[in-house]
Amino acid sequence: MKQLQKQLSSWSWEALLIVLLLLTLVLGNALSPYFLTPFNFSLMSESFMEIAIMSLSMTLIVIAGEIDLSVASILGLASVMIGITWSAGIPLWLDILIALAVGALAGLVNGLLVTRLGLPSLVVTLGTLALYRGLAYVILGSQAVSNFPSAYTNFGIGDVPGTLIPWSLVVFALLALLFLVVLHRSWIGRQIYAIGNNKEAARFAGISVNRVKLMLFVLSGLLSALAGVVFTARISSSRADNALGFELDVVTVVLLGGINIFGGSGSMVGVILALFVVGGLRNALGLAFVSGDVQNIVVGALLVFSVLGPNIAQRVRDAVSRRRLAAGSSAKKV
Amino acid sequence: MATASKQAQKTSTTPRRTGNRLVVLVSRVRELGLLVVLLLIVLVVGVQVPQFFTLSNMIQILLSVSILAIVAIGETLVILTRNVDLSVGSVVGFSAFLVANTFKQNPHTNLLLGILLGCALGLLLGAINGLIVTWGRVPAIVATLGTLYAYRGFDFLYAGGNQVSASDVPDSFLSLATTPLLGIPLLIWFAVLLAIIFGFLLRSSRTGRELYAIGSNPDAARLVGIRSDLLVFGAFAIAGLLSGFAGVLWGARFATVDATAASGLELLVIAAVVVGGVNIFGGSGSIVGAMLGAIVLSTIDNSLSFLRVSQFWLQAIDGAAILIAVTLDAFITRWVQHLLITRRQR
Repeated sequence: MKQLQKQLSSWSWEALLIVLLLLTLVLGNALSPYFLTPFNFSLMSESFMEIAIMSLSMTLIVIAGEIDLSVASILGLASVMIGITWSAGIPLWLDILIALAVGALAGLVNGLLVTRLGLPSLVVTLGTLALYRGLAYVILGSQAVSNFPSAYTNFGIGDVPGTLIPWSLVVFALLALLFLVVLHRSWIGRQIYAIGNNKEAARFAGISVNRVKLMLFVLSGLLSALAGVVFTARISSSRADNALGFELDVVTVVLLGGINIFGGSGSMVGVILALFVVGGLRNALGLAFVSGDVQNIVVGALLVFSVLGPNIAQRVRDAVSRRRLAAGSSAKKV
Repeated sequence: MATASKQAQKTSTTPRRTGNRLVVLVSRVRELGLLVVLLLIVLVVGVQVPQFFTLSNMIQILLSVSILAIVAIGETLVILTRNVDLSVGSVVGFSAFLVANTFKQNPHTNLLLGILLGCALGLLLGAINGLIVTWGRVPAIVATLGTLYAYRGFDFLYAGGNQVSASDVPDSFLSLATTPLLGIPLLIWFAVLLAIIFGFLLRSSRTGRELYAIGSNPDAARLVGIRSDLLVFGAFAIAGLLSGFAGVLWGARFATVDATAASGLELLVIAAVVVGGVNIFGGSGSIVGAMLGAIVLSTIDNSLSFLRVSQFWLQAIDGAAILIAVTLDAFITRWVQHLLITRRQR
């Protein structure tokens, strides 16, 4: 019974997100006649695919009870690696491989600090947020590399031939499918939930908690670097300050998607819905000439209310039932 | 198993006392360690570049410490209660622009009124954080991540792309930072005074100790009758107030302010607090430590420019400092636990 209730309440979150998504569409349509056009949808999805890719691995990490604040810095570092290796004359496919390897390595460092030394991931990745971004600045300074071959930059802004589907959306869709299956239909996913629910119990159940966590941090570094490859192609420029502050968007999307910040619950479907809510809202406001910084008011408020709303509802429900109970007992006395 | 616990019970009075003394000793060692690091940096840089030792440079370092330190005091209060405030940078920026812009629009505004305006804004924003966390039961990291966005957004909305520069504001406002008192700028005195007041309150007042209790064990604190919600709310409100005040000083010191002022400051503040030995999970740490953390970070920053190291290294070094500090803390904690266990066994 309780299980059923839990199931229902978890679905009601996704239902709420679908309502939010519909509201976003209505709002977008009201704000601009260009919102509900295929071309705009193509542009819109392209604009947040980096955040989308990073939020996949962030979802797993948060469910496991940890957090990775360094994702945007790894993105920046990977972008810089592509730029610096490309301008050194190394072929592009190798540059991309190097960037991905550096990302995985950065994730490995995070993971080792968290699992081997038992440090809180919040602090570790706050440190590496500064460290990795700092290294990006050290390597490239305030320069930019932007003479990439058109095959690469076309991948960043191009669509699947004959359609309006951006290539980056295809990459994300494939990854999202993979993550959905792994999280909800595989033993790895069950292990991640188990770790987030109760680390000790998971260990006694024979799950090598540290190995799973280490793997998740490496994965997060790898996907952040992949997001760096996509981002660099999209803006066809490699700079140290690429995607500065994106970690906030990623964390917002994951939490708005209904993932518990303390781990153990939430679903990938919620996160994917939340992605389109945030992306759609930003796009709609952008079409109405609201600047990115002012859009942040809406995103920030959404983040707070995504947790505050249900809590307030719970409080009201509790108060009502308490009053009803009190009324019932006094009636009995009489 | 049973005999061991009985034995532990029997001898629990003496080891606990040595345990307490040990913990105090460790925190002293921790602060002494920071002091040694600071001295080493100063000596190494000073030997290579004699100008580093001049009084004017020392004041320069302290000036850059001051604003960071004032915000770090508030952040320490919040972190001690096992919470965190990520919105401080946005509060400082908003307050700085509001006050500077007020002086630009009405140059004859009373100076004190301007300061109060910044403090009031900070208090309001901090109280909102506190309400969301205590009444709304939203985890602090989520709540203040949201308000980090939102407050900065309102700052942009209010500023509308405008900028205030030094020539726009009255000199009396700018002198808030620079006026010397006993040869040391007023700004530094503010930070010292606030550090002493809050350091004393945390160490010796009942409310101060209750903040530690909440951070050590929130459930136990509630059970012994500490009004946790009220105190946590208070910690957020004061962190906001101090950030608001720091914003006023930011405006006075840098004079040129736009809506991006102090963005990213929260990272530096948390770095200072963590490097200073305040446990990110609450319950332990001191104002002295946090201040030392702020001084060490600012001194590193200042040294880099003296050693002609590119400023690009700054962020990487700050990040490394956080990692080294928490790694060392982990080892020290393990060492203490090991010591306590071996003592108990004896």
